[in-house]
Amino acid sequence: MKILVLIKQVPDSTTNIRIRADGADIDRAGVKMVVNPFDEFAIELAQQLREKRSDVQHITALAVGPAGAAEALRTAMAIGADDAIHLQDAAFDSLDELQTAALIAAVVREGGFDLILCGKQEIDLDSGQLGPALAERLDWAHVGAVTALEIAADGRSVEASRRIEGAEERVRCGLPALLTIEKGLVEPRYPSLPNLMKAKKKPLSVKTAADVPGFADLAGAVGGTRMHKLEPPPARPPGRQIKGEPAQQAAELVRLLREEAKVI
Amino acid sequence: MSRGTGPIGRLVRWSRFVEIKFVGLQVSHMSKDVLVFAEQRNGRLHPAVAQIVTPARALATAGGGRVIAVLIGAAADSAADALTATGVDHIVTISDPSLERYTALRYRSALAAAIAHLKPGVVLLPATFMGRDLAPRVAMRTGAALATDVIELSRDAEGRLDVRRPIYNGKAFGRVSFPAGRLAIASVRLNTFAPSTGGSGAGRESLAAPAVESDGRLTCSEVVRTGGEVKDVTEAEIVVSGGRSLKSEDNFKLLYELAGVLDAAVGASRAACDAGYQPHGRQVGLTGKTVTPKLYIACGISGAIQHLAGMRGSKVIVAINSDPEAPMCKLADYAVIGDLFQVVPALTAEARKLLAH
Repeated sequence: MKILVLIKQVPDSTTNIRIRADGADIDRAGVKMVVNPFDEFAIELAQQLREKRSDVQHITALAVGPAGAAEALRTAMAIGADDAIHLQDAAFDSLDELQTAALIAAVVREGGFDLILCGKQEIDLDSGQLGPALAERLDWAHVGAVTALEIAADGRSVEASRRIEGAEERVRCGLPALLTIEKGLVEPRYPSLPNLMKAKKKPLSVKTAADVPGFADLAGAVGGTRMHKLEPPPARPPGRQIKGEPAQQAAELVRLLREEAKVI
Repeated sequence: MSRGTGPIGRLVRWSRFVEIKFVGLQVSHMSKDVLVFAEQRNGRLHPAVAQIVTPARALATAGGGRVIAVLIGAAADSAADALTATGVDHIVTISDPSLERYTALRYRSALAAAIAHLKPGVVLLPATFMGRDLAPRVAMRTGAALATDVIELSRDAEGRLDVRRPIYNGKAFGRVSFPAGRLAIASVRLNTFAPSTGGSGAGRESLAAPAVESDGRLTCSEVVRTGGEVKDVTEAEIVVSGGRSLKSEDNFKLLYELAGVLDAAVGASRAACDAGYQPHGRQVGLTGKTVTPKLYIACGISGAIQHLAGMRGSKVIVAINSDPEAPMCKLADYAVIGDLFQVVPALTAEARKLLAH
């Protein structure tokens, strides 16, 4: 079985997001970049599958992004990937999520993968488009937001649970398939120092637009949204503190929620 | 789509080229109508559908088109009356036993077929678990452009869709423009728009479910309730949430009592879930669920940035906390400074008094 894991490098979740004066992007100076936490679940799952099963032959990590994304791929290789593909070209920067999915499809279509794993969403743009869109482009089945997983002993089908409103769907599909990973399925490990050292020696291939078959036609066929302006969240009006005895506080709060906020 | 090489592969690639041409042709015949994906499960219309009819109506009115809703299911008609009440102009149903439960492949084929038949210029879906799963596939399949989880929709001077959506977990917002001449698809964040009401009549039409044999490779065998009969945090208009300072699973009963009176869902912080007080399905935050209720009551939650990421989009925020310096108290519209073990029962009693009238 060959597994592909999609990795995105994103600002750490505790980062204080500042928007550039021109509104075109966030101010990236000094921002700590990490592997998207949901993608971390995906690479952890791939490595656990290898540890549990005898038929996982190869794990490849793939990222689209600027030079820094190589660091995220090294982390993925320290957790488990055998090699990595880095799609890096200025021409990729302007692609939207659907176009990025089409780009990845063009690169991995002939790769012989049986399973593609990625996070259920990326914590920077929060779009969650990539996994299902890539599956569609490849004409594969996908299961989104997986919380439990069983791969058949013969490696031909998966049974998975996916989280929905107050319930879980029990889903089954044949391989090849793409799974997007929800929190709770696995707990990511910290890569050990020896594994971090080994990861530096694993092969990482960089591909540019010239290496992607049919790249020139990709953007014309689908997608094409453009995030043209970033804005800070609207300031919340200053709140008020309610002090006093619990019974008084409760009465005052209920009055405010009914008469002022009009939410109960 | 081709995975082969050689003459057949080339032929398939050629056909893909033709398909692209076809999409282009379709675009030139795109109508001014706005299509709404009317999500239902077991004949029950998702409450978010009435909410997204509101922006759909605004876009359709501005463009001089109709609001058309598509219902997909085993007996899709059973949700049609509730859908009529939202004020849509026209309802298209695709009913088939194979559509009883949601699967990504059958539903994307059905919705793509509705799009091919109706040729809308804009398609809106609720950003539910189903909508999030379905929208990217349908957009890729129909050669559309997509923005997810949007909170504002408008048209620019050239009539192209322009939307606003939260990014970086609500720490910023992005304005997203759509390209000209291409189907625009957006999923709309829950509890963002007031539900549309007052409809009394809508045209009806049924479409055959597309027979795509390979769609059978993905099946859903059952849907298992995980939260008992309690509402899910993403569905509820009011969420009562607790942190580790609840100290035990048993003490969460206090929150369930308050939630019962307010018809609310119960949520929890990551710390409370990791401590085993509540299942992870109730976790609100960066690696849990993102909620946007009209009222969020945080009980004993100090407000780690990861938790705020999951609830800062709530309309009104109440903090109940003994520490006035806690980040949640700074964010809250109303911060009740005190011991939650006294304040929460008092609040339950007050709310019960009020709502009994």
